[in-house]
Amino acid sequence: MAKKRLVLNFPPQLIDQPVTYRLITQYQLEVNILRASITPREWGRLVVEVTGSKENLDSGLKFASNLGVEIKPLAQDVQWYQERCIECTACTAICPTGALQLSREEMRVSFDHDKCIVCGLCLPICPYGAVEIMF
Amino acid sequence: MAKTIQEINEKIRRGRAVVCTAEEVIQIAKSKGAKQAAAEVDVVTTGTFAPMCSSGAYFNVGHSKPRIKLGGGTVTLNDVPVYTGFAAVDFFLGATAVPDTDPRNTIYPGKFSYGGGHLIEDLVAGKDVQLIARAYGTDCYPRRKLETWIRLEDMNEAVLFNMRNCYQNYNVAVNLSDRLIYTYMGVLQPNMRNATYCSAGQLSPLLNDPFYRTIGIGTRIFLGGGIGYVVGNGTQHNPSVPRTAKGIPRMGAGTLAVTGSLKQMSARWLRGASFTGYGVTLAVGIGIPIPILDEDMLLYTAVTDADIVAQVVDYSEAYPHYTSGNLAEVSYAELKSGSITVNGKKVPSAGLSSYVRAREIAEILKSWLEKGSFLLTEPAETLVSADSEVEFKPLQERPILNNNRVAAS
Repeated sequence: MAKKRLVLNFPPQLIDQPVTYRLITQYQLEVNILRASITPREWGRLVVEVTGSKENLDSGLKFASNLGVEIKPLAQDVQWYQERCIECTACTAICPTGALQLSREEMRVSFDHDKCIVCGLCLPICPYGAVEIMF
Repeated sequence: MAKTIQEINEKIRRGRAVVCTAEEVIQIAKSKGAKQAAAEVDVVTTGTFAPMCSSGAYFNVGHSKPRIKLGGGTVTLNDVPVYTGFAAVDFFLGATAVPDTDPRNTIYPGKFSYGGGHLIEDLVAGKDVQLIARAYGTDCYPRRKLETWIRLEDMNEAVLFNMRNCYQNYNVAVNLSDRLIYTYMGVLQPNMRNATYCSAGQLSPLLNDPFYRTIGIGTRIFLGGGIGYVVGNGTQHNPSVPRTAKGIPRMGAGTLAVTGSLKQMSARWLRGASFTGYGVTLAVGIGIPIPILDEDMLLYTAVTDADIVAQVVDYSEAYPHYTSGNLAEVSYAELKSGSITVNGKKVPSAGLSSYVRAREIAEILKSWLEKGSFLLTEPAETLVSADSEVEFKPLQERPILNNNRVAAS
């Protein structure tokens, strides 16, 4: 089984097509929607965690891509700038998945991309702009 | 066995001084006992790196040709307004100043993405900034308009001046209301779903010298990555608050006013900060060396996070309306464990003061002392302490009635 965290960008003309439904039914993919932003006549955006066999995952994403969906790995859209972070720890109490984590022994802050669900809760918390979400 | 500052300085000059951080001294005191540790250790270094709004800087930018009198005119640096009520080319910049074009909280919560704190950081980083000035013009200062790029090295003087810094302890903030609130203690979740604190605890300078025996006017310190000095007590210096048996204030108490040339400071230790819905401020790195004059000083510096307590305050109602009533008293050991208990509820806790950076400052200061490049100072005057009966006064409002010009007695 393979698992990917992706940002799916839907062009306006695809907004009325059940792309996620097809990914689930035709390609047997497990699609967990982490975040969604869909507005008529504008680009739609889904942040998803997709799980399935490698073969199904590849062909499912190819299908979506051929339809015109732009697919990017999630990691590219979330940036944690270590040099901007002063390790005050303010974000660590608010991060729901522990992606922004604190080693208590050292009081050091670190960021684990794989745990981030791009909820954006840390953005207004960080006074130093150490986290950026590119959409 | 008591030591004097002169004796310790002699050891520092010869590279023989025993220096440890306020974290290291805890273990040394534990393993060797206070008496032995006091005999061996000469200096304990402390540190703190946290936002402090009462920070600022003054500048002298040099005279233009023809001359201009900025005093009484308006000046902005990167659109951030500065205070010009001085002579021709001196002005003061405050850390919380924001451009007139910043929407502030009219679009709530405001982002406050750039202001005085960021400008100080940019200048110290060596960046060019835009100086735009308008003046009224005089016979001796005829010019009325000035627009130029400028950077720190071009200025005659650029001096950090913080009227309050280095708070000895502080509140722990929670939010009892049912809506999200945006404060200088960070974003506080409704129904007490988080708590924030702001002190380096056992590493914090004034918590290691709780009665200000060695820190006073003229004390040489690490400031913003360079060398600075204590000017005196900071504003709101309030030494008479309740203390623990070991003399540690149980809430915000003493403060320091500090100064130092910006030209030798670094952007790593002066960082602009944007508090959503609140405003701009400046995170300032400070480290203060504490001479171990006797066993008492050793015991003070061996203070641990478990010994230091702070008051939990509601920032939705009690703080803004200045009403008393603290919800709980918790220790920094609890705060740093990740959760505290308030009214029977477990509340996740997080800091605003960087413990990692505080430790780094204490280490840097230690290396300066070990190299012999940084000597201790005898305070010219000590700060008023717990026995001073200094009061922390609220503002007594006296209404101005009927356009009166003289206050009623």
